[in-house]
Amino acid sequence: MSVHLVLFLAFGAVAVAGAINLLAQTHPINSALSLIAVMAALAGEYLLLGAEFVAAVQVIVYAGAIMVLFVFTIMLLNAGVEEHTQGSRVAVMFGIPGMLLGSLLVAWVLLRHSGTEAVAAGALPGSPTTIGPLLFHEFLLPFEITSILILVAIMGAVVLASKPPSAPVPPRKGD
Amino acid sequence: MVPLSYYLVLSGILFACGVTGFLIKRNIITIFMSIELMLNGVNLSFVAFAAHWHALAGQVFVFFVMVVAAAEAAVGLAIIIAVYRTRETLNVDQVNLLKL
Repeated sequence: MSVHLVLFLAFGAVAVAGAINLLAQTHPINSALSLIAVMAALAGEYLLLGAEFVAAVQVIVYAGAIMVLFVFTIMLLNAGVEEHTQGSRVAVMFGIPGMLLGSLLVAWVLLRHSGTEAVAAGALPGSPTTIGPLLFHEFLLPFEITSILILVAIMGAVVLASKPPSAPVPPRKGD
Repeated sequence: MVPLSYYLVLSGILFACGVTGFLIKRNIITIFMSIELMLNGVNLSFVAFAAHWHALAGQVFVFFVMVVAAAEAAVGLAIIIAVYRTRETLNVDQVNLLKL
């Protein structure tokens, strides 16, 4: 068993355990922390695949920025333990065995009929010096469009999260 | 050396966990986190295919997915705050009217 396989299995185990813990926890803050564990483990997987820059961005943007936003919202709204409501019995009876069967089938097909050749670890240079030219030459237009998307998202978030006009706070000029 | 299919199976497991969380969770924030989990599973398969086919463009796509996820998180959490302000609940079962 090579070192790469051992590392893959270790990071994969952490990721799957975190994902299952996300489902098992009832308090959203615990779910958020296990999601951070999943993202950190995935950054390790990206490093194994030679995608150094993606791994760094995963930690900084996903585990850092986006999850901080989530944790802030959970704290701001004072979210408590999830209230359990009764779901559909038929969905549980047929859904869980069906999902298990489907995932087993997909896993069997993937393991049997595809990807017999191994992915060489670090075979592809994913450092910023190789990603940068690609991002600023070939993908320049999508890159610029995403900046507009981010701008629209910022304005939308400000508009949506600002106080409604009927709030007791008197409206200020420019609101 | 790790076969490509192992990465794809891991990515599928994460995506399936995300779908399950989306369906069984009742807290709107946890449902939102399940969506992020699904996006992460897809990102892993993007990077694995990029390494497999020696196509660096796959890694650039991961950035675009992350940008869209960030925009989605910002707008989605703002919507959650607006919903909480009018309904005072985070349970999706109690958010069942379009209008107050």
